[in-house]
Amino acid sequence: MAAVFIAGMIFTEVADNEFYFFASYVVLQAVIMATAWNILGGYTGYVNFGSAGFFGVGAYTAIALHKAFGLPLPLLILAAGAMSGLIGLGAGYLTLRIKGVYFAIATLALAIVFETIAINWEFVGGASGAYILTPEEFLFFDSYIEMLFMLILSLAIGSVVVARYLSTSRIGRGLAAIRDDEIAAECNGVPTLKLKLISTSVMGAMMGVAGAPYPFFVTYVDPASAFNLLIAVNAIAMPMIGGTATWLGPVIGALVVGGMQEIITVTISSEMNLLVVGVMLVGFITLAPKGIVGLVQDYLKKRRSR
Amino acid sequence: MVLELFLNAVVAGILLGGFYAAVALGLSITFGQLDIVNIAHPAFVIVGSYTTYIINESLGLDPILAGVLATPIFFGAGVLLYRFYYVSFERTGQESLSGLAFFFGIMFIVEVVLIMVYGVDYRLVEADYIGKTISFGFIIIPIRMLAPFLMASVMTLGVYLYLSRTFNGRAILAVSQDRLALQLMGADPVKIKQLALGIAVATAAVAGSLLIIIGPVEPSVGRLYIGRVFAIVILGGMGSIGGTMTAALMIGVVESLVATFYGPSWAPAVGFIILLVTLAIRPQGLFGRA
Repeated sequence: MAAVFIAGMIFTEVADNEFYFFASYVVLQAVIMATAWNILGGYTGYVNFGSAGFFGVGAYTAIALHKAFGLPLPLLILAAGAMSGLIGLGAGYLTLRIKGVYFAIATLALAIVFETIAINWEFVGGASGAYILTPEEFLFFDSYIEMLFMLILSLAIGSVVVARYLSTSRIGRGLAAIRDDEIAAECNGVPTLKLKLISTSVMGAMMGVAGAPYPFFVTYVDPASAFNLLIAVNAIAMPMIGGTATWLGPVIGALVVGGMQEIITVTISSEMNLLVVGVMLVGFITLAPKGIVGLVQDYLKKRRSR
Repeated sequence: MVLELFLNAVVAGILLGGFYAAVALGLSITFGQLDIVNIAHPAFVIVGSYTTYIINESLGLDPILAGVLATPIFFGAGVLLYRFYYVSFERTGQESLSGLAFFFGIMFIVEVVLIMVYGVDYRLVEADYIGKTISFGFIIIPIRMLAPFLMASVMTLGVYLYLSRTFNGRAILAVSQDRLALQLMGADPVKIKQLALGIAVATAAVAGSLLIIIGPVEPSVGRLYIGRVFAIVILGGMGSIGGTMTAALMIGVVESLVATFYGPSWAPAVGFIILLVTLAIRPQGLFGRA
């Protein structure tokens, strides 16, 4: 992890085409979102269709606090994480009554409710959106985008570390028990509610953290972009394509799909990139439910047994 | 003055609700009866709108007639979709969550393809009666709301009669309850489910034609209907056609009142909020089998 961070530092020194930083930012944001989704979706077995809602709440918390008090970015990220984490906690209590497909539909509803609130909230620009002015100073980096790049890289590394801890610790085994059979887990003394609340809160907080720097990255945010369905689709598609069983799957999925999206957007068109994500999602669910990680594992197993 | 506004909003809400029933009808069959979580249903409705738009623009046919003419193609598409769904998910027994993500992907693909072909411009249809109104005293009824309401009622009644009076219809009602008993009665569950999904998708063609009569349509409009239709189906008690109609009228009226007194930008959230509250408090719906 530290190596990745140092590599990032070197990257800011070497690369001088700003496009690389923009593209990498998008991919790293996707890494956080995919990792966060997988904590609930992959480890715990609850599908969240409302990722865009948590992301959007993060982005709008940052905009509101920036406009109201002019807080610096690190504080905004903390606040956004807390806000989306709280909403995640609320969603966790929903799982008491709502399970399986109903939970998935409820999260979708949650996202639309928050989008409607943002549309009707005049202070942050309402339906027409809000502009963010980029600061004049950027610490010790050469440019604004390089600073944002290092920021999102650190956040992505942090998310992956948390996700890996969750999957390998006792908590992870508890979550897996819930995924496989919630009632059996409860009967065996697994504190299902507590674990589910941890899982939904961490997921929400991570998505909020991913959303907080977004207004500063694009400098103009409206509800339609902050709560975009593509964010939700990507957050589901990337772990599913990478493989939901491990912490590595979402990272691989995000890097592969995100990287591909950047290339297709530049070389063909942004609509084509949306289509490719949809087709890949459907293709992997039907043909390779274990994702890229699963395919590689199967391949290695076959080679070993030969 | 307030009373007039209120009554007009209620009447508009009833008309809107009738139309919502047409949109929710297909989901009521797939989700309520077959336990297939077809989250892509609203996207199919939008495809119905575009099909109507194409027929209306090229041949000048009445939009509702165009929607009805498109039903056989939609029925066929529904049958194929079920075949695919059955082979990929249902047979291997991992239908619920993978199936849900599958339909989510289908929904996204449909929307993107429509955007790629037709762009994000709003499309509309032409017919003599669109734009005319009838008034009873101070209550004003636009025909572009009344015609969809009537057609939706006819279709809902038709599906209700089909499901309750015919052998295949009753088999559809039975398939999710007891597969084995159905097989003993000489009906193949796979064929019955295939028929049911075909009918469900076919209703999307008509519902789509009604949608584009009510107002102009662009590809992402479908998303707003996800909350509405799921709220209607769950509130209506999962698959009861009468319940679906009642729940649709309720949501139509509440939305219309909210739009009149609080502003139209709040209306889309109504369905979703009702859905969340229903799920949290009374998941079996108002008329549900518990």
